[in-house]
Amino acid sequence: MREQRAAVTLRSDLLSDAELERQSAEFLAIFQAGIQGEDIREIAGPEWEKARDFLADFGRSRGQRGFTPTETATFVFSLKQPLFSLLQKELEKEPAILVGELWTISVLVDKLGLFTAECALVGREEIIRRQQAELLELSTPVVKLWDRILALPLIGTLDSARTQVVMESLLQAIVDTGSSVAIIDITGVPTVDTLVAQHLMKTVAAARLMGAECVISGIRPAIAQAMVHLGVSFNEIVTKATLADALRHAFAITGVTVSRSAAA
Amino acid sequence: MERIPILRMGRFLLVTIQVDMHDRLALALQDDLTARIVRDGARGVLIDISSLVVDSFIGRMLATTASMARMLDAETVLVGMRPAVAITMVELGLALPGVRTALDVEKGMEMLRARVGPGAETAGHDSDP
Repeated sequence: MREQRAAVTLRSDLLSDAELERQSAEFLAIFQAGIQGEDIREIAGPEWEKARDFLADFGRSRGQRGFTPTETATFVFSLKQPLFSLLQKELEKEPAILVGELWTISVLVDKLGLFTAECALVGREEIIRRQQAELLELSTPVVKLWDRILALPLIGTLDSARTQVVMESLLQAIVDTGSSVAIIDITGVPTVDTLVAQHLMKTVAAARLMGAECVISGIRPAIAQAMVHLGVSFNEIVTKATLADALRHAFAITGVTVSRSAAA
Repeated sequence: MERIPILRMGRFLLVTIQVDMHDRLALALQDDLTARIVRDGARGVLIDISSLVVDSFIGRMLATTASMARMLDAETVLVGMRPAVAITMVELGLALPGVRTALDVEKGMEMLRARVGPGAETAGHDSDP
């Protein structure tokens, strides 16, 4: 009877492309193998190992392709209807057993479906984490502006993890290029609170320990006001309103003079 | 007892710390260095810490050494700090205010020369008229 249950291939409610059919067939085969086990209400056992692996892969790939968890779980839940009608046909004469069996199947399919949905979410979360890491890498470039002058255009919110990356890449760049001035441009930083200010000061202090002077540029009027109200002051750090001013200051420190050619 | 060598280059002293610095060695270095600054009439001290592991004690020792040297009219430049060490120092709250820093010995030397003036390297107590 169990084999009959599993033999149902009715998948009317889902998309009918070839891959889906292949997945359905594969899942049914695994499901069939799974319900040969002793306790079919518990999916943690060894009989269900293959089913779990399959659903984990399935859920993750669905999640990554942009299916909602509901759509993904429906793949499993769609098994209910054919199974129920099959049971009803089989056990028409024995309603007492029918109720029990229906409950068992319902619990089993629910568990498998929820497991799949969870895996789909895990797949999504993986994407989010990867994108976060990529963003972290992308948003902290260290640019060589001139001989011995580095620029660090910061874009986005500064938190502890990012500050760490910023600090490390800046210090490494100072060593690699032998720079003596680093310009930290915060034009792209939306808000500066006390924590961000502290992170910035730490970065400046670390760069100074490596023998490089830091200039902070790109402080917008609103940020300057907010910082003063917060009681944060960059007293010991050179600050400039724009990157151009900071570059001019850096030129002065490194002894570079820039002049317009006569033709211009 | 083990000592850290102090090399004289004109009116500058060069200290390259290449051994594991323990606390007594650090104190001995302070003794030696202050004595040498006075004896040689040094105007600048270059401390190379490129191969040193800096903990909080060593960090504080470097800061106090710089203050001592300044009292004896010698500028201290700390050179060769590695990125990881710099981050550790900042996290420990040892930003070493008042200590001058440079990326390597060459830049540190330039910095000292700029402060003390040309010709300082060849002139010392001994060659003073």
